[in-house]
Amino acid sequence: MDYERIKEKLSILADAAKYDVSCSSSGSKRKNTTKGLGDSSGMGICHSYTEDGRCVSLLKILLTNHCIFDCAYCVTRKSNDIKRAAFKVQEVVDLTIHFYRRNYIEGLFLSSGIFKDADYTMERLIQVAKKLRLEENFNGYIHLKSIPGASDELMREAGLYADRLSVNIEIPTKSGLKLLAPDKKHEDFIKPMEKVKNEIIQYKQESLFIKSTPKYAPAGQSTQMIVGASGESDRDIMYSANFFYKKYNMKRVYYSGYVPVAEDPRLPALNSKVPLLRENRLYQTDWLLRFYGFDIRELLNEQNLNLDLEVDPKLSWALRNRHLFPVNINRVEKQLLLRIPGIGLKSVNKIVQARKFRKLNWEHLSKIGIAMNRAKYFITCDSREFEVKEPSSEYLKNVILKTSSGKFRKETGTQLSLF
Amino acid sequence: MEQQAVLSYDGTLEGFLTCVFTAYEEKLKVVAINASENTTQQLFTASYEVITHSGKAKRVWLSLKKKTSAAGLRDLKWAFLSEISQMEMQLYRMIRYILAENVPVDRDFSHPAVLKVAQAAKKVGREKHRMEAFVRFRRTRDEVYFAAIEPDFNVLPLIKSHFKNRYADQKWIIYDLKRNFGIAWDLAAVNYISLDLDPEVGISGAPEAYFHSSEIAFQQLWNQYFTSTNIKSRANSKLHLQQLPKRYWKYLTEKNL
Repeated sequence: MDYERIKEKLSILADAAKYDVSCSSSGSKRKNTTKGLGDSSGMGICHSYTEDGRCVSLLKILLTNHCIFDCAYCVTRKSNDIKRAAFKVQEVVDLTIHFYRRNYIEGLFLSSGIFKDADYTMERLIQVAKKLRLEENFNGYIHLKSIPGASDELMREAGLYADRLSVNIEIPTKSGLKLLAPDKKHEDFIKPMEKVKNEIIQYKQESLFIKSTPKYAPAGQSTQMIVGASGESDRDIMYSANFFYKKYNMKRVYYSGYVPVAEDPRLPALNSKVPLLRENRLYQTDWLLRFYGFDIRELLNEQNLNLDLEVDPKLSWALRNRHLFPVNINRVEKQLLLRIPGIGLKSVNKIVQARKFRKLNWEHLSKIGIAMNRAKYFITCDSREFEVKEPSSEYLKNVILKTSSGKFRKETGTQLSLF
Repeated sequence: MEQQAVLSYDGTLEGFLTCVFTAYEEKLKVVAINASENTTQQLFTASYEVITHSGKAKRVWLSLKKKTSAAGLRDLKWAFLSEISQMEMQLYRMIRYILAENVPVDRDFSHPAVLKVAQAAKKVGREKHRMEAFVRFRRTRDEVYFAAIEPDFNVLPLIKSHFKNRYADQKWIIYDLKRNFGIAWDLAAVNYISLDLDPEVGISGAPEAYFHSSEIAFQQLWNQYFTSTNIKSRANSKLHLQQLPKRYWKYLTEKNL
């Protein structure tokens, strides 16, 4: 192995892959029953954290940063004047195995620029995964990027060796896609997604009857959208996400605040800030959809095109729906418990458990660990003290903002100091 | 006045459970249970040196099994490994409470001992997970993958099977420098071992006398990856430190090269 050359490639091809935010390495079932290397039967593990605070769990690299496409938002776009490199299939296999053996990673996340055409590139990604599974007896996690436009036959094969497949939609609206990625067509993303979805369903059904059915993408599919590159609204983004969850059984949709990488009149300027807070609010909304039983139309609609940056989306929703509150914490059904600002999933379960034994009061609730500064305005409990009678939502929002501190507070501060 | 008893044992879980058995058998009013080296003589208390007896330990464990949930048993075991001072007494109080009641009470967090034990177990669980993440193997000249760690709590017994499942086809050793023992997989079984380690073997790097010629190269490749995957315009050092506390840095290759 020529370590110096590999190191150079690694620096180029890891640098280019870092804008892919998917880092999950969990949710697969690939037990090491073969006395081989690796086991991904449990939860994923973050082995390290970068200085931007994101987790490192997979070796996330591009096979190549050569690309025939010219998408404005992408570092790897054809017209960008950067150093290009490409890994050989065996080099990626060796890096993965040697890193895994040292317990640096949970597995491989392999993406790629597009070499010649979609199929040629997809075929090489599959070769890497195939070698890892068949020659190295590797049971660690493999996430392959589906190359837009890749053929059905290749998508079928990819799922046999990968734990997860993903195709990044990147731009949430069709018009934005046309503007920023003129070489790509909406259908090119959708087709491989559709194929993978159908294969997953089919393999699952077969495995009910035939025990030896191989696993097909056991950790499902995911996709990613760039936030803040094409002037889309939060509503555009989340309706799009909702569509992918519903229509293609996505395991995850990721949201990636646009990091300016190119000077281009169609894009935010190079020195503009990464919209971290907006990204955060989108993830919170995503959670409300998947785990809290919210319908997307309750959170974003014609009247509310964008999420409130000052307060979290659940609080924002509750402030718009004051007629449903306050609710009695000792009586209210679980679906509504989940909708109380400041009360998360774990607290909901604790409340449901605890209220079987005794009526809960303020003290119990704060011991359980709910965010009282928000919750107290929306609940009653076994106590005579009421926090507030009937203040306006606007007033409430200000009070809550004043009595709370958040990691983004500096950026949103509602009141500017005059002096 | 009923005489108070201080029990000392060999520091093992079996030894501790034998203490519990002894306390019941002799109807002692136990005020402290200590691993042998910690025992100090006190006035007005009787000291008992309890000899570990696996049969007695097993009987205590079996009666606990009948009266607790799996989570309760796990908490007892994990809290024991926390080595937090006086934890034995909390465990003893929780065990007495469990054995005295007819319904399972191991999840009754309004009982102070149950709460303390659950909290300790949670800390140990967190440390266990961190060790599964932060162990960094280095390939030695004799083709054994070696990692040194210094966990806050005694978690080696808890991470055994995790590493065994993962690294079935390579020999490895994970060594706890703080407690001076390790676990070793020889492709057939995981054994506890004790080594006379050359301090040169240290926590990272790769002195040539011991490590494979390619070892340093792979450490550098990993370090390169770690650097290249960072997005500077999203820098967040507070979060970074929170996720990757400084006390672990010395055995993290990427933080230490």
